[in-house]
Amino acid sequence: MSPTRRDFLRTTAATAATMAAFGPLAVEPFAQTVAPPAADAAALEIANEALNAAKKAGASYADARVGRYRRQSIATRERQVSGVSDSESYGLGVRTLVHGSWGFAATSTMTRAGAQRAAADAAAMSRAARIVRTHRVELAPITPVTGVWMTPVRRDPLEVPLEEKIALLLAANEAALKVPTVRFASSSLALLREVKTLVTTEGTSVTQTVIRVGPAFSATAVGAGGEFQVYEHELAPRGQGWEYIESLDMAGNAGRWASLAAEKVTARSVEAGQYDLILDPTNLWLTIHESIGHPTELDRAIGEEANYAGTSFIAPPEKMIGQLRFGPAFMNIQADRTQEGSLARVEWDDEGVPADKWLVIEKGLFKDYQTTREQVARIRALTGVSRSHGCSFAESWNRVQFQRMPNISLLPGEQDLSLDDIIAATERGIVVKNRGSWSIDHQRFNFQFSGQAFYEVRGGKIAGMVRDVAYQSNTPVFWNSMDMIGGPSSYWMGGSFNDGKGEPAQSSSVSHGCVPARFKNVTILNTRRTA
Amino acid sequence: MIAQGASSDRIGLLSREEARGLAERVLAFASAVDQARVNISSEWTGNTRFADASITTSGGVTNTSVTVTVTIGRRRASASTNVLDDASLRRTVELAATLAKLSPEDVELMPELGAQNYASVNAFVERTASLDPEVRSGAVNRAIEAADAAGKPAGRMFTAGFLEAIARAVAVATSGGLFAYHRTTDADFSVTARTPDGTGSGWATGGARDWGQVDPAAIGRIAAQKAVASRNPQAIEPGLYTAVLEPSAVNDLVPLLSGALSARTADEGRSPFSKPGGGTRIGERVMDERVTLYSDPSDPALLGQPFDAEGLPLSRTVWVEKGILRNLSYTRFWAQKQGRQATGPAFAGGLTLAGGSKTTEQIIEGCERGILVTHFFYIRSLDARTVLQTGLTRDGTFLIEQGRITRSLKNFRWNESPLLMLNRLEDLGRPVATTAGRMMPALRVREFNFSSSSDAV
Repeated sequence: MSPTRRDFLRTTAATAATMAAFGPLAVEPFAQTVAPPAADAAALEIANEALNAAKKAGASYADARVGRYRRQSIATRERQVSGVSDSESYGLGVRTLVHGSWGFAATSTMTRAGAQRAAADAAAMSRAARIVRTHRVELAPITPVTGVWMTPVRRDPLEVPLEEKIALLLAANEAALKVPTVRFASSSLALLREVKTLVTTEGTSVTQTVIRVGPAFSATAVGAGGEFQVYEHELAPRGQGWEYIESLDMAGNAGRWASLAAEKVTARSVEAGQYDLILDPTNLWLTIHESIGHPTELDRAIGEEANYAGTSFIAPPEKMIGQLRFGPAFMNIQADRTQEGSLARVEWDDEGVPADKWLVIEKGLFKDYQTTREQVARIRALTGVSRSHGCSFAESWNRVQFQRMPNISLLPGEQDLSLDDIIAATERGIVVKNRGSWSIDHQRFNFQFSGQAFYEVRGGKIAGMVRDVAYQSNTPVFWNSMDMIGGPSSYWMGGSFNDGKGEPAQSSSVSHGCVPARFKNVTILNTRRTA
Repeated sequence: MIAQGASSDRIGLLSREEARGLAERVLAFASAVDQARVNISSEWTGNTRFADASITTSGGVTNTSVTVTVTIGRRRASASTNVLDDASLRRTVELAATLAKLSPEDVELMPELGAQNYASVNAFVERTASLDPEVRSGAVNRAIEAADAAGKPAGRMFTAGFLEAIARAVAVATSGGLFAYHRTTDADFSVTARTPDGTGSGWATGGARDWGQVDPAAIGRIAAQKAVASRNPQAIEPGLYTAVLEPSAVNDLVPLLSGALSARTADEGRSPFSKPGGGTRIGERVMDERVTLYSDPSDPALLGQPFDAEGLPLSRTVWVEKGILRNLSYTRFWAQKQGRQATGPAFAGGLTLAGGSKTTEQIIEGCERGILVTHFFYIRSLDARTVLQTGLTRDGTFLIEQGRITRSLKNFRWNESPLLMLNRLEDLGRPVATTAGRMMPALRVREFNFSSSSDAV
């Protein structure tokens, strides 16, 4: 277990009582030694030029975002580096509201003329939209803010020497290759630094520096008959600095991880059927993402994603808010963009709305959606919430901001149960760890998920590893079948570095904290025999 | 047609000479390293998105980015930027050189290519690159009106969709004298129509290099017709059924074979095209004998990019000919090691599934009892050895009885392999353009594994 996680667990245990009362999740003691940079003067000048041009072009509201994105990725396999890349992207995006319709234009021409042109293009798009319109955009109120913020980090991962990063990855591969039958090992790092300045015609002016890190590791073992099995360890991406990567001790743990690939080669293929399903947090986070995170997005519920990512079974809002029984009374799902170390942590969203925290599901009942400013009016009368929950986000300067998922987490149960406690209470079950293949329908009913390591439970004990497992269910049935969850000590935060949505498709990063949980009588498929 | 260059100026796309000039500036900064490659991408996109008969977002983006790949000895790394002043370009070259020096030696490193000859492919269509916001709004309006008219029997349709035009100039240059330049355009328009009772959903799409080949009204009409016809779907027991896959559904599945076509994976014994005991299955029958799969950037129906990211010329590659595996995808390193011709990535030069001549309607007429699939969603790999995938049907799933569509069915989750499926063909149709660079037919497949039912509409 990593020092970071130990710190976290100590804190969570200490605040278990608060969480049981649906209070704030524990805040990890993140030390910030890198000071948040102020707005770049040139960026501010260009952004303000765009705002002025937008107003001249007739915009009743406009915002301008200048973003500088630095991405670095390092990939290794066995004893070599298979790829190193470093990219920088800098530009301006301008969004305008003219006669109640949106327009957006973006340019990498970072001059006053480039900014004026982008603003004029955006306003032209707003005007062109008037012929296809059934309602005018209405923005929820906001208190303009000014300020700077940065992800708390001790060491900026982009400033860590490349030699150090490569050495760390190759040491992990080397440790994995020491395991007999492990023939292939690969590891990688994806690192991001995003510096973003947002100014709006309402007076907001904020600059944020967001740091994210995404480590990965996998090992492939080959059996005597040429049979191979891959094991990918669930190394959660985080909104943290280099100190998080170090805390994972990849070199120290890779041998143990790789031995799971070797064990999979000789594991027996699962017997398909109905089992009690025990999901470790390393697997459950993604099930929460797909079956709770996405269907509680308000843009999906009102059909704005109908042509791509899909709609939601949690619709229409007037029949769902406060009425849909999503799961048992001990089920509480919290949306939170303030959670330290999480991928969706920001101080303000891409409309300048302060990071928010609220319950999406309370005591098993669906309570509220994820919103941006223009969405609030749709459900204000149902929720009594008159401000945005701050879910507006754009992948880059060249994409328009729209509703994206905050961190969505399953709060721990009141009793401090562990995964082992749940196993001990299970007569016949399957334990699933880490993310495998995942697929869910466009209204988020029917899903089929897999994992990386699976164990059969008989009579309250682990009866060996199995493989070729996928579980298939229907979201409302599944969550209502949940009958046991872990306590504060078993809380763990996973996440997705790349979550896709929207047209043109945009990627966002989001974390999901959770505890182990048991689901009664779930369909287990054998993915080998399905073919 | 507007005169050549008019829209390129407006949308900021680099011309051949501008791209060459930029590449030479970058290469000059890299004169101290052993080898260098410059990849340039200059792009304009204009898009319009709508839902509930209102344009929700629209956007226009211009961007030019440069990636420089530096080789020092057997060490190689790359860095990218879209800040194109001399100071930034020099910094990017220096960063790539620094990264390269720090990278361990790559035993598989291939030298950068020298000058090559490329097929001339005219994939740039002026009217696609000129698709301004007013024209896009007009097209969206026509699609919505057509959907409303076709959807009348069900009441007021809910429509949502996306129209995107892309114009792109791509260039590759190396310190060894290679220079490649290609311009292309893509127009894509898709519409989803949903019935007011929430029980019917339909979808249609059109895509081409030339916006003039996309018919917004037809797309809106077909989406609405499917929505109306798919109302009140009934559940039938999941299981093995004959499936009629429309060309869009085939386009969702068949390109997933690209990973399995890696020659290296096959030679290493990790692919369905590995020969037991070693080697590959090139020359063996791997699919139904009517199936031919090929890539060809010069084919007027595909108009693909005639080179890959390394500047390697791409030409016609037949992957499968009448069911026989003819080629696998060879990187330059693996091709040299195995004594084969490098192909570039599989399907990089477009993809056609040929072998049939019937229309989709004729494929349906020939079906005694089966399930018609409009398209698929959320496809994920389950098993690399069999190319087994899982996913769902979406936006129009119907029962076919005695050659006719008889009722709407609830959607299914399925577990199926495009490779195994192409061994269980009953019939295949004439390839049609599904998106730019893809020609896919309708297929009728025996024993398609519809594994569970989905309540999603």
